[in-house]
Amino acid sequence: MRYSILSLARNALSGQRGWRSTWRAAQPRDGYDVIVIGGGGHGLATAAYLARNHGVTRVAVLEKGWIGGGNVGRNTTIIRSNYGLPGNEPFYEWSMKLWEGLEQALNYNVMVSQRGVLNLYHSDAQRDAFARRGNAMRLHGVDAELLDRDAVRRMAPFLNFDQARFPIQGGLLQARGGTARHDAVAWGYARAASDLGVDIVQNCEVTGFLRDGSGAVTGVETTLGAIRAGKVGMAVAGNTSRVAALAGLKLPIESHVLQAFVSEALKPIIPNVITFGAGHFYISQSDKGGLVFGGDIDGYNSYAQRGNLPVVEDVCEGGMAVMPMIGRARVLRSWGGIMDMSMDGSPIIDRTPIPGLYLNAGWCYGGFKATPASGWCFAHLLATDQPHHTAAAYRLDRFRTGHLIDEKGQGAQPNLH
Amino acid sequence: MRIPCPFCGDRDAREFVYRGDASPVRPTEPADFHDYVYLRDNPAGPLREHWYHAQGCRNWLVVTRDTRTHEISRAEFARAADR
Repeated sequence: MRYSILSLARNALSGQRGWRSTWRAAQPRDGYDVIVIGGGGHGLATAAYLARNHGVTRVAVLEKGWIGGGNVGRNTTIIRSNYGLPGNEPFYEWSMKLWEGLEQALNYNVMVSQRGVLNLYHSDAQRDAFARRGNAMRLHGVDAELLDRDAVRRMAPFLNFDQARFPIQGGLLQARGGTARHDAVAWGYARAASDLGVDIVQNCEVTGFLRDGSGAVTGVETTLGAIRAGKVGMAVAGNTSRVAALAGLKLPIESHVLQAFVSEALKPIIPNVITFGAGHFYISQSDKGGLVFGGDIDGYNSYAQRGNLPVVEDVCEGGMAVMPMIGRARVLRSWGGIMDMSMDGSPIIDRTPIPGLYLNAGWCYGGFKATPASGWCFAHLLATDQPHHTAAAYRLDRFRTGHLIDEKGQGAQPNLH
Repeated sequence: MRIPCPFCGDRDAREFVYRGDASPVRPTEPADFHDYVYLRDNPAGPLREHWYHAQGCRNWLVVTRDTRTHEISRAEFARAADR
């Protein structure tokens, strides 16, 4: 056991200088069986499951910055599996089940807190839609409970029940949903992968692909030199189009900026994750006490990792509409992350038309909750060349064949998903 | 973000509706519609994109904007813009 009350006390007395690295930073070798591009949550999880589930340990994770420096450290930490469509629900529920056992599997405290995710509804039509989604979840064996107004009031008495424009009529509760400590997810997977022999290489940006005579990908060019590989998997959501362009691929993805916010630390007040159904606003309270919240993407293509003020105003207006008490709290920080917005709002875990190159992309702004299952299913695909049965619908060619998974029903407009 | 509308002048971006990359051109062959509807270059850098001045002159514009910095270098009427 690396972390215990004893090691804590020992290091407190020795000036905190006795801690060992959580994982091993590596320099790239000449070749690997599998290279995973992207040292975020999905890439590290993929590497860990390649080694653990499939015995593939000659694996490198290449990260252009530092691990966990992208979207796994920029999200609002919500985990849930409250989807309505058959292509989505089994996958996200598999992710939820992996979350429920993740601390034991990784022997790492990722602080999974199943505090419940409550989606509020504000009209008869929205209640019907939520009832339908809840029933779809239950048919897939997932917990869902339709609450009336009084049940919501008992759970969250601070909500604005007197609002005339968007009256709170009730909510759809997934009690098993909640939050997790996002940075710890990256570190936990990094340690699990590293312990099984995976090389994690930081500050190593992929600048091109090695191709053989038939056009198949046989490795990558990086800022640290060329590295050969049997298979290359991309897990670089936010920058997927840029990396894919190095291989000559054009994808059904646009990059958009999503902002998130945290308030100063407050005493415990919000017991679960609450979403406002009449606008786009979601909020939970971190264990440090900060209110963590967000809303819509800014709506225009961006790689800037920062957004503009109209969305800040829109998010705060949503918050004030549903829980006016937060007007007393001050916003401490805001930041932006770059989302892979796919054309139907759902992800892609599939082979590409180029032999040897595999794609994990298009997570829109729902990638964090998917981290364990995304890694599990991408590792399965990389190791076996077959899609995992929970991710079989996430095909790249579904846009050509018409098998879209459009949970929101918006059509091919990424900025509306 | 402020967009220099060629009719109204410099205006706040919230007056505009975003439509995305201006480069895809509606094809004539049904087989080409997949690429037109779904595939995007999605560059990190200058991008020519459609914005509609919904709360202003209601012109469709082609705005050249750097997706890395949000800096806008050019705005022109879509009808007059070169394809």
